[in-house]
Amino acid sequence: MAEDMRSLVNQTVERFGKDRHRLMDIARALHARLGYLSEETIGHTAQALGIHRVEVRDMVSFYSFFSRKKQGKTVIHLCNAVVERMKGADAVGRAFERELGIHFGETTPDDAITLHHTACIGLSDQAPSALINGIPFTNLKPEDVPGIVKAIREGEDMLNMPQAEVDSNVRRPGEVIFAPMERGAAIRKAINMTPESVINEINKGRLRGRGGAGFPTAMKWDFCRKAKGNAHYLVCNADEGEPGTFKDRAILQECPDLVFEGMTVAGYAIGAREGIMYLRGEYEYLLPSLERVLAKRRHLGLLGENICGCEGFSFNIRIQMGAGAYVCGEESALLESAEGKRGAPRDRPPFPVQKGYKGEPTSVNNVETLCCAARILDRGGEWFASMGSRDSTGTKLLSVSGDCEHPGVYELPYGITVKKLIDMVGASDAQAVQVGGPSGRCLAPKDFGRSISFEDVPTGGSVIIIGPERDLLECVRQFTEFFVEESCGWCVPCRSGTTILLKTLEKVMEGRGSRSDLANLEKLGKTVKTMSRCGLGQTAANPILTTINGFPDLYEARIKHEEYTPAFDFKKALEVGCEAAGRNLELEGIHV
Amino acid sequence: MSKDAVTFTIDGVEVKAKPDQTIMEAADAAGIYIPRLCYHKDLLPGGHCRVCTVRVNGRPANACTFPVNSGIVVENDTEELKALRRDIIEMLFVEGNHYCPSCEASGKCELQAMAYRLELLTPQMPYAWPKRELDATHPDVYLDRDRCILCGRCVRASVQLDGKRVFGFENRGAQKRIAVDSATGMGDTDLSAKDRAASICPTGCLTIKRQGYLTPVGKRPYDKVPIGSDIEKKQAAG
Ligand SMILES: Cc1cc2nc3c(=O)[nH]c(=O)nc-3n(C[C@H](O)[C@H](O)[C@H](O)COP(=O)(O)O)c2cc1C
Ligand code: SF4
Ligand code: SF4
Ligand code: SF4
Ligand code: FES
Ligand code: FES
Repeated sequence: MAEDMRSLVNQTVERFGKDRHRLMDIARALHARLGYLSEETIGHTAQALGIHRVEVRDMVSFYSFFSRKKQGKTVIHLCNAVVERMKGADAVGRAFERELGIHFGETTPDDAITLHHTACIGLSDQAPSALINGIPFTNLKPEDVPGIVKAIREGEDMLNMPQAEVDSNVRRPGEVIFAPMERGAAIRKAINMTPESVINEINKGRLRGRGGAGFPTAMKWDFCRKAKGNAHYLVCNADEGEPGTFKDRAILQECPDLVFEGMTVAGYAIGAREGIMYLRGEYEYLLPSLERVLAKRRHLGLLGENICGCEGFSFNIRIQMGAGAYVCGEESALLESAEGKRGAPRDRPPFPVQKGYKGEPTSVNNVETLCCAARILDRGGEWFASMGSRDSTGTKLLSVSGDCEHPGVYELPYGITVKKLIDMVGASDAQAVQVGGPSGRCLAPKDFGRSISFEDVPTGGSVIIIGPERDLLECVRQFTEFFVEESCGWCVPCRSGTTILLKTLEKVMEGRGSRSDLANLEKLGKTVKTMSRCGLGQTAANPILTTINGFPDLYEARIKHEEYTPAFDFKKALEVGCEAAGRNLELEGIHV
Repeated sequence: MSKDAVTFTIDGVEVKAKPDQTIMEAADAAGIYIPRLCYHKDLLPGGHCRVCTVRVNGRPANACTFPVNSGIVVENDTEELKALRRDIIEMLFVEGNHYCPSCEASGKCELQAMAYRLELLTPQMPYAWPKRELDATHPDVYLDRDRCILCGRCVRASVQLDGKRVFGFENRGAQKRIAVDSATGMGDTDLSAKDRAASICPTGCLTIKRQGYLTPVGKRPYDKVPIGSDIEKKQAAG
């Protein structure tokens, strides 16, 4: 048995060229075969790669999809993010617990099934949702659970289950992303231009990154092209993890060719021979169809050597899977992860365009950005810039979920007001709209006249509608909890600060807070924002800070004490000791 | 290129620097102290603690990795930054389990000394009271994780100064902890008490056995002068 495992490890390591940079793939492959990564497996892997055990453990212990404990043959990940809970995920969760006779985080006694919670898996428009051995299950109801569990137990093909279905849910296609395009059209235009003029065309379109930061794409490509290195790399960021975002999923389902087209154009522009698509682990079910599209494109000469007959232009694409970590969407963490390490962001400078993948100049672009780039090549920068608002050209994909009639993906010109959007999706009575996910901001009705654009309210794509009946502070609490769970832990203000924010918020919500706790929330929020190393920590206090600002009454209503109240619960602290000593203070007449 | 190619200011004081220096290195050379915990002059910077955060042209940046540039305006010793840094020190105190009076590192501990320098009185943030594992399996070195601030100095020192790989990290977020390169405990690693990694810890987390409490109270490094005085002395002298 031990020998079997050792030879499996050796074969797997061999398959990835004994390359330490491919540790993510190696660990994924071993995890898929063995169900978990024991300390023994970790040791063998280190040995086979000629590195230290502590390095392998460092990496695998980081990702939520890797288990170091034995798990069941079937692993259920039920999403319990904010939107899911609005749609009844708690009841579905209880149904699973009842049916399996275990709690979340546990495995059935016969080692058959393990039950986990997980953050947003990109199916918020079809909530409640779950991944069962990677297969997506949507629109779950408690009454579905017995049938699902029975099917698992009887070894049926889970793909045949009626709930194992993902609708791309494109409610409103636009002209940039969800419009037809002939394969290779953008590439053929590009190779008849110099790389500089390709960049110039993108510049004419005034394209800005769709992944969140809104950096001008032409400028990024230009920096990367000009940076010196042994090789240049193009990375497509398909890690889409911001809760409530699923627009890249829709692209990868509906028009993967457009993304690969954009990657190839970008590769030509920056002088890269290799492109990597970093696909979040939660989207593994999309992998087979993506690989088929890549194979087709290789066959058509749209990838490989001398693409479209262009002498000397060679470009290939490989898909790098992730393993469950929101922070890996941050570009430098993504690069670390793609190099087979823990997804800890890097300090900048140097920026990825200077020192990126394996230390070489790298352009990291969002899925949607690359689609826009391909379309610009096909239809021209001027055409692109004629759509949208002053500083935000083109269209934007919005993934709308939560309390609305028509959740799904909408492609709309930049500049649309929140009011118009919520009318369109059937949510005119919204109490609040969370734009940009937890890291974005929470808008109150007084702000609904504002517009979705880089110059006003930017978003990577997430729009979560919070209906009139919801407890908004509970949503804020769950958003804050999300950051606690996803903090990479590298730096103090985020690792420790998010936990303290959560505790202080909970104290206020439980009615134990005083006015000084509200002041502390704001002060601490500012510290976490200012001092954190990367965008995760820098935005982790946003749910609290933007609601203190937009909904002060909600907080005021929970304040019961003017004076300072201790966070430390004396009574509770004594309980442990009393129990151990077998004492009952109340009976003894001692009052604390 | 000339040796002093770059000129910029820290709190209005003009500083000359070599173009490949970080703000921290340039400040040290100029006798200006920027508070820090995870930085060590013999190691590449790790960027963990963020105590060294300054404002560069108004924007927050950590001095230990940020490169100097001609004409940048750096703010360091301001009330705002002092308060922000104090918050971080407070976070470190409530995140771990620190009982200074009985700690071997008291008086030479950089965390404790930084708390004094930044005038942190009593932590008011909620304590985490974590349960952390002690590792006493090594014959000559203790690893008392209660006092670990995850500065990563031991991790870097083992690789960069000792040519080994004794330490690493494990897990993420609040569960992140120091791990050792063995399936059992530190005793089964190739750590030697003579390694730089064994004595580079800023707190009382990694300590050498059988030589505790040797320096009497009153004579310990930070009993008389605040942390950072060695760097500031240069300025007074210069
Ligand atoms: C915590 C965090 C998560 C992020 N997640 C994503 C993501 O899932 N997808 C993405 O494209 N960008 C994400 N970003 C932004 C990336 O760092 C980067 O700016 C982006 O990929 C650049 O591409 P663009 O210029 O095309 O927008 C994230 C940033 C942070 C700080
Ligand atoms: S801010 Fe948070 S996620 Fe970013 S480096 Fe620091 S701990 Fe990691
Ligand atoms: S490590 Fe430092 S701060 Fe912690 S208990 Fe010891 S002296 Fe105090
Ligand atoms: S053991 Fe010491 S040196 Fe190592 S990370 Fe912890 S506090 Fe830093
Ligand atoms: S899939 Fe559950 S909230 Fe997105
Ligand atoms: S000293 Fe710079 S981040 Fe710690």
